[in-house]
Amino acid sequence: MSELAATPLLEVDRLSVHFPQHGGGWFRRHRQVLRAVENVSLTVESGETVALVGESGSGKTTLGSVVAGLRTPTAGRLRFRGQPLEGARRGIQIVFQDPYSALDPRMPVSSLIAEPLLIQRVGTAAERRARTAALVEQVGLPADALNRYPHEFSGGQRQRIAIARALAPDPALIVADEPLSALDVSVQSQILNLLKSIQETRKLSYLFISHDLGVVNHLADRVAVLYLGRLAELAPAAELFARPSHPYTQALLTAIPRIGRRRTRGSRTLRSEMPSPLAPPPGCVFHPRCPKAQAICRTEPPALAPAPGRPRQLAACHFKD
Amino acid sequence: MSVAADAPVSVWRLRWRRLRRDRTAMASAAVLLLLVAFVLSAGPLAALLGIDPDATDLLSRYDPPTARHWLGTDDAGRDELLRLMYGGQTSLLVGLVATIVGGALGVLIGLIAGYFGGLADAALMRITDGFIALPLLPLLIVLAAVDLTKLGFSAEFAHSGAAGFWRVVVIISIVDWTGVARLVRAATLELRDRDFVLSARASGGSAAYVLARHILPNAATPIIIAGTLTVGRVILFESVLSFLGFGIVPPTPSWGNMLNNAQEMVTTAPALAIYPGLLIFITVIAVNFLGDGLRNAFDPRG
Repeated sequence: MSELAATPLLEVDRLSVHFPQHGGGWFRRHRQVLRAVENVSLTVESGETVALVGESGSGKTTLGSVVAGLRTPTAGRLRFRGQPLEGARRGIQIVFQDPYSALDPRMPVSSLIAEPLLIQRVGTAAERRARTAALVEQVGLPADALNRYPHEFSGGQRQRIAIARALAPDPALIVADEPLSALDVSVQSQILNLLKSIQETRKLSYLFISHDLGVVNHLADRVAVLYLGRLAELAPAAELFARPSHPYTQALLTAIPRIGRRRTRGSRTLRSEMPSPLAPPPGCVFHPRCPKAQAICRTEPPALAPAPGRPRQLAACHFKD
Repeated sequence: MSVAADAPVSVWRLRWRRLRRDRTAMASAAVLLLLVAFVLSAGPLAALLGIDPDATDLLSRYDPPTARHWLGTDDAGRDELLRLMYGGQTSLLVGLVATIVGGALGVLIGLIAGYFGGLADAALMRITDGFIALPLLPLLIVLAAVDLTKLGFSAEFAHSGAAGFWRVVVIISIVDWTGVARLVRAATLELRDRDFVLSARASGGSAAYVLARHILPNAATPIIIAGTLTVGRVILFESVLSFLGFGIVPPTPSWGNMLNNAQEMVTTAPALAIYPGLLIFITVIAVNFLGDGLRNAFDPRG
């Protein structure tokens, strides 16, 4: 990567998202800050799929919504093709987790798909209609779908509508926020294959947010593991799945259920729940649940650094493998 | 859907198609159009029969229907049919205009409060609470006593029938927008953080765009229900105002004040109460059915 001097498609630079919590009414202004995303840096190259994985509450959806332009970051910068994100609305589109709430129930499919084009005033009405019809076909929806409403479609078909909508402005990057988790397993693989074939024909990049490591292994080029809003590990998928470096990644991988394998009750399964992001532990945020924790982990936050002998595999751990 | 449904059609045309398929709604629309034609033919009919609708004739009070007075005469010997027609002009116009003006005000305030939240919401909702808390009768008396010439209107306008009409419209709008505002605010609050709204905003949709294209159609159901109920209430409310001596004053007829006048004669001349009552009833029913149809046209799941 570093030998390529070209700027990455998307560059996330020391990004933080904090949510001030105002509890206790008008007069008690004691403020707590929820640190949903803390100092995360990563890049997405052109044509690449980067997966964001982590438990619920790890900040992966928040990070995705910042990239999609739905939220403004508290600190840090985003660059799209080397430019600040503001001008790049058409270049980045999002596919939401829940295809039921992502589509306005009172809009017909044709309006839903053409909406990003309409808002951005792309093309004439006739051109938009032609593009919409072409997209409906590309994502595998029936041709008569255009004048129908979302409630007439199944979850998988709705997700196809959402994908067609995201593709309408011809983006270079699609943020896919758990696009499969609301679907039946049988439908998941169809949508997954659709996403893959679209990527092949259009050469676009995905920021794929998921907690399903099996899917991630199938789709991702690189994987970013988030824990409490911080990057725990960032590595090419093959290396990460073969030899996870961070103890948290190791624990996640052993947690994948596999047919024919007994449940192990080894030291690598995670103890207890993730701590509250309102009060993250000092030092390494993972230390209360880490099987390798030492004294230094309680005081020193580890930096993201290459694992020994593997320059492309970065992990934030004092004792990485 | 028909076979020719392949070409994408605008959302408004789809809504119109759904409305057109609703027979009750279309019948109601026809009834309303007939009512409008009925009240508008007052002038021509009066000219044709050569009757002055305001002329009293104490020798022919409570006449039964005759060739000259098709529905008979009222307690002052005036032609009942012409009074129903002229009264309908007032009532339908007041019902429609006051509902639309008050409804539009309520929708606008509810949308702004619900969508932008924060200070705008707090301020607008406290104002709404204030209007709800105002006692109705003293407010009406104060508003009715406003001297329009002091507001810069000409003396002719201030004492004309049109001023009375607009006074009623303004009074009813001021009293009536609060309910709609609260309904719309609640619906907007529920909708504004939905993914499809976020997604339209992320694509660069302005607040006006999101409100018009997403929030309003999804909030159409409570707005239409509130609106259709308001029409009937406004027609009757106008008669209360007339009864108290504000707004439309006799001899200008309205269905509301005709119904009110007929109350004391309901045992001796029941027809005088039945005619305006029936017309109000038909109007309210037709508006409600049409509202149902509109609601279904906006809600594709209906």
